[in-house]
Amino acid sequence: MEEQSRDDEVSRRGFLLTSAAAAGLTAIAEHPRPAVAATAAGAAGAAVVEVALKVNGKARTLSLDPRVTLLDALRERLDLTGTKKGCDRGQCGACTVHVDGRRVLSCLTLAAGVSGKAVITIEGLADGDRLHPVQRAFVECDGLQCGFCTPGQVMSAVALIEEGYAGSEAEIREHMSGNICRCGAYQQIVQAVRMAKEGA
Amino acid sequence: MRPYTFAAARSVGEALEQARDGSAYLAGGTTLVDLMKLEVISPAHVVDITAVPLRGIRAGAKGLSIGAMERMADVAGHDLVAGPYPMLAEALRQSASPQIRNMATIGGNLLQRTRCGYFRDPATPCNKRSPGSGCSAVDGHNRSHAVLGTSDACVATHPSDLAVALIALDARLSLRGAGGERSLRLADFYRLPGSTPHQENELRPGELITGVAVPALPWARRSTYVKVRDRQSYDFALCSAAVAVNVRGGVIGEARVAAGGVGTRPWRLPAVEQALKGKPMRLETFQAAVEHAADGSRLLSRNAFKPALLRRTIVRALVHLAG
Repeated sequence: MEEQSRDDEVSRRGFLLTSAAAAGLTAIAEHPRPAVAATAAGAAGAAVVEVALKVNGKARTLSLDPRVTLLDALRERLDLTGTKKGCDRGQCGACTVHVDGRRVLSCLTLAAGVSGKAVITIEGLADGDRLHPVQRAFVECDGLQCGFCTPGQVMSAVALIEEGYAGSEAEIREHMSGNICRCGAYQQIVQAVRMAKEGA
Repeated sequence: MRPYTFAAARSVGEALEQARDGSAYLAGGTTLVDLMKLEVISPAHVVDITAVPLRGIRAGAKGLSIGAMERMADVAGHDLVAGPYPMLAEALRQSASPQIRNMATIGGNLLQRTRCGYFRDPATPCNKRSPGSGCSAVDGHNRSHAVLGTSDACVATHPSDLAVALIALDARLSLRGAGGERSLRLADFYRLPGSTPHQENELRPGELITGVAVPALPWARRSTYVKVRDRQSYDFALCSAAVAVNVRGGVIGEARVAAGGVGTRPWRLPAVEQALKGKPMRLETFQAAVEHAADGSRLLSRNAFKPALLRRTIVRALVHLAG
């Protein structure tokens, strides 16, 4: 079961990349590859910045265009595609990760601005094959339909429980409001947060 | 996003040294990165100030001081804020989302840009983004736009909730630039759009907000922030009210009233404050006091509901404080 879902993930990713190539990769203009030295290096700052991150406990060093967001660094450079790009404008929460223990939006975070910090993504929650209690609760409560927003929902839920805002349904709804679910699985998401909190 | 060079500053001095024509300071990034992606703002040089130690939330005899780099979430949850100044904590808690409150700073919040859809869309005319190009909102989708302080050139609202509460509390800003330090009332910081809506405030080139000072006001313990919006959470205000009252023996001694979502800048309402003074703390007083709150409004095609909404939002805040 585990094996199979991993294969699905890989083939879906492969399919998306292929279709993007077929569509002419219009995203290039918007998210230039870091290798493109956009401006000359000078005393004011370099065209490429060295960024050292600890991602899911592992030290990573990247040379990046200073325009690269944490989200793009995770997905395009470190191949951690669990963190999703939804709106890319700080409005949907699909890109939520933890930086130094706080939930933030990786699409509005410049990678160069978080050098030296510790980042936890959805890939860093499980302990090997043992899912994190919040992940287990989402599975158990069926807290998703299409699943695109789920990594962000889970990262937000883990933080919310630690912040101490899972006291009531109203409190959970308010403090999960930065994560939009277009399928409308909110009822089950709230249930999952409650279940995870009670187990915590 | 247009190319820029990047440098990180570790002190105010380093930040000021890095500032130059066409540079921008990066704090929480929730406004700057968003608007750089949209190419509404395209700085040539970005100075990261997240490591500049403008921190600290302190209370003394004179009042409360907050470092400009404190994050919204940390200020909202702080005992020195939530107890003595409920309207401040409530305004922060009702702003944005938990993730954004973990990122955005107090200084950055006060400098956030309008949410006018035309300002955010470089394909359309906008005098604030591109001076002299015209205002698309005057005859466009203007339901969320301002009715107070507008001009023919611009009708965009100021989006900050925090600024509304701070203006009601007579807060001051500390600023540091190449010319040294200065302090300014927040109420004098924001400009009316007039014919130059791109000049939004009194900040000089390269100048940095270093902190916010809130004067001591013991009766601000009885204060609240009411925010009316299309969604229950995670949305900007259609209208909001920050209200504090000093009530003795059932009579209002003094009041503070400011509004958001209706003005081109955070809007203090001294006439409403005056009308509450010396009156019994009850509904009839509130309704009479807000009668002229929206006087001078200039209505647009889709926001004629705002004057009534403003009056009712203030009344709701007062009713809450009476309860």
